[in-house]
Amino acid sequence: MSGQELWTVDEAEQIIRRHAGRKGALLPILNALQAAFGHVPGGVVPIVAEALNLSRAEVHGVVTFYHDLKTAPDDRPVVKLCRAEACQARGVGRIAPLLEADERIHVETVYCLGLCASGPAAMVGEAVFGRLDDAGARQLIDATAREAVR
Amino acid sequence: MRLFVPGDAAACAVGADAVAAALEREARARGIDATIVRNGSRGLFEMEPLIEAETEQGRIGFARVRPDDVAGIFDAIGNEGDHPNAVGLVEEIPFLKRQTRLTFARCGITDPQSIDEYRALGGLKGLERAIAIGPAPTVEEVVDSGLRGRGGAGFPTGIKWRTAAGAPAAQKYIVCNADEGDSGTFADRMLMEGDPFLLIEGMAIAGLAIGATYGYIYIRSEYPHAIRAMNRAIETARRHGLLGRSLLGSAHGFDMEVRVGAGAYVCGEETSLLESIEGRRGEVRAKPPLPALVGLFGRPTIINNVLSLAAVPFILAEGARAYADFGMGRSRGTMPIQLAGNIKNGGLFETAFGITLGELVEEIGGGTLSGRPVRAVQVGGPLGAYFPPSMFHLPFDYEAFAEADGLIGHAGIVVFDDSVDMARMARFAMEFCAAESCGKCTPCRIGSVRGIEVLDRVIAGREVDANLALVADLCETMKFGSLCALGGFTPYPVMSALKHFPEDFLRGRAREVEPAT
Repeated sequence: MSGQELWTVDEAEQIIRRHAGRKGALLPILNALQAAFGHVPGGVVPIVAEALNLSRAEVHGVVTFYHDLKTAPDDRPVVKLCRAEACQARGVGRIAPLLEADERIHVETVYCLGLCASGPAAMVGEAVFGRLDDAGARQLIDATAREAVR
Repeated sequence: MRLFVPGDAAACAVGADAVAAALEREARARGIDATIVRNGSRGLFEMEPLIEAETEQGRIGFARVRPDDVAGIFDAIGNEGDHPNAVGLVEEIPFLKRQTRLTFARCGITDPQSIDEYRALGGLKGLERAIAIGPAPTVEEVVDSGLRGRGGAGFPTGIKWRTAAGAPAAQKYIVCNADEGDSGTFADRMLMEGDPFLLIEGMAIAGLAIGATYGYIYIRSEYPHAIRAMNRAIETARRHGLLGRSLLGSAHGFDMEVRVGAGAYVCGEETSLLESIEGRRGEVRAKPPLPALVGLFGRPTIINNVLSLAAVPFILAEGARAYADFGMGRSRGTMPIQLAGNIKNGGLFETAFGITLGELVEEIGGGTLSGRPVRAVQVGGPLGAYFPPSMFHLPFDYEAFAEADGLIGHAGIVVFDDSVDMARMARFAMEFCAAESCGKCTPCRIGSVRGIEVLDRVIAGREVDANLALVADLCETMKFGSLCALGGFTPYPVMSALKHFPEDFLRGRAREVEPAT
């Protein structure tokens, strides 16, 4: 990470404006900010609060409640690995150490991708991967790391 | 020639997109005029990517296809389907043939985004009939069908509708709960990707029935394919007058939008889901008031699971009787059961209530994928009970499961072979509860953390008997003291594991260490 800010007030305001008219606009706004900046920067919290006539505490409370919303960006590409019961039964415990040991990626535990008869399953961005064995996991790691460098 | 390659996430996860691209290339190279349809999944995930070719005899299938199989498959199509991956006529596959598909009747057959195909295969008949008979008879039809909430609680859907219909308000809402977070379940996802217009039709009927003009589908963020599919289908539905100011030219108006979750399991609980749509932390609300009276934005609201709403078009089109004729006892109709985990034939199996757990796991599921003996099955997601094979006589029925200290939930069955350590699974249930608790009530927030600690002591062999007594006591408190099913039902997997598999908990006793004095 270069230390440069990954977001601008202008961009944030544009995103907020796009959703502000909707009923219950906060979560769509925060999801959109997360998607655009890779996190919900602390600096946008007061801007969102102001736009929706909420307190900063209310917005902060929502940001910290949901697993998808991050307060800091990840410096590595994220692999979401399902560790729920069905994937456990299909052997995610065997491939997880492989993924976790690779420092090029960051493994995030999720509970269920709805691929419970096709596990062990993982997701990178919006792409899904099933029936991961050792070879599949290695391929996934390499592809994810390569993609991030590009 | 028409070829079918599922666009379902479970097919894409094992390479369906690459197979579709390879088919396209090969067809072009051979100068064959082929249309590649991205259909929904048939639900037999063990066979994905399951591609199909339309022939004079019917649709023939090829299972687990990889891009380099494609050339051979083109040869085989002209040659009576002779190929190592061939599975014959798809409709004759026993796993599919044995099902009674009322809700998933169309799934896997066509391009799910084609509204013309939807109509051609019987779609919109339910909405047309609801418009013809009007709101009150529509509610009564759903009451008479005996349909119960498919999300897990099993509350009669029609009664919920009646309550909301009777609540006077200028604005009411329909909310579809598509926050399918239970491990072992994927029916909602498969339906939204494989037959999205059915859900739209079901929601429109619900809107008409209770006088609601707007609906929200709350879909979890882990389902990007389903989110895309629903958004596209809603756009198409608006263009074709299936949504908007006038439903199919009638005096009733209804529109809807998708709301995307942000990775909180507890938002599958209905009141927490409402909080989330309203833009707050997904904390559970105390009931009463019932959401049917004071729901979304304080208005009367029906919250139904995807499968409940998707069952409604059939009930309206064919009549309550036709639906209620299936099933047993107070469990009427069919249930889309999901076979998952360590199982050979994993996938979606829709059938009438009453089928036994053993038939599902052993006969239809074919036992474990690993080939080892089945040791345990968890029914109903992370809050459901674990059962040993000695209880495989249990019929799939809300009451029978409740009597056996379990629940059907959203009808997911996760199979484990004999390598599973049930004390670890009990610990995981507590760990999951701790990770996903909304924090509003103490038994769930604190109890789950204490549960992990106590079970860790059991597993380590420290004062096993005393700590197991503590587990039982803690579970009692969580069961009766929690606000919602997350804390309230976590005791099901814990206590059932302890009851049916005590040996896994007592293993530590052999090496029990003296308590520190």
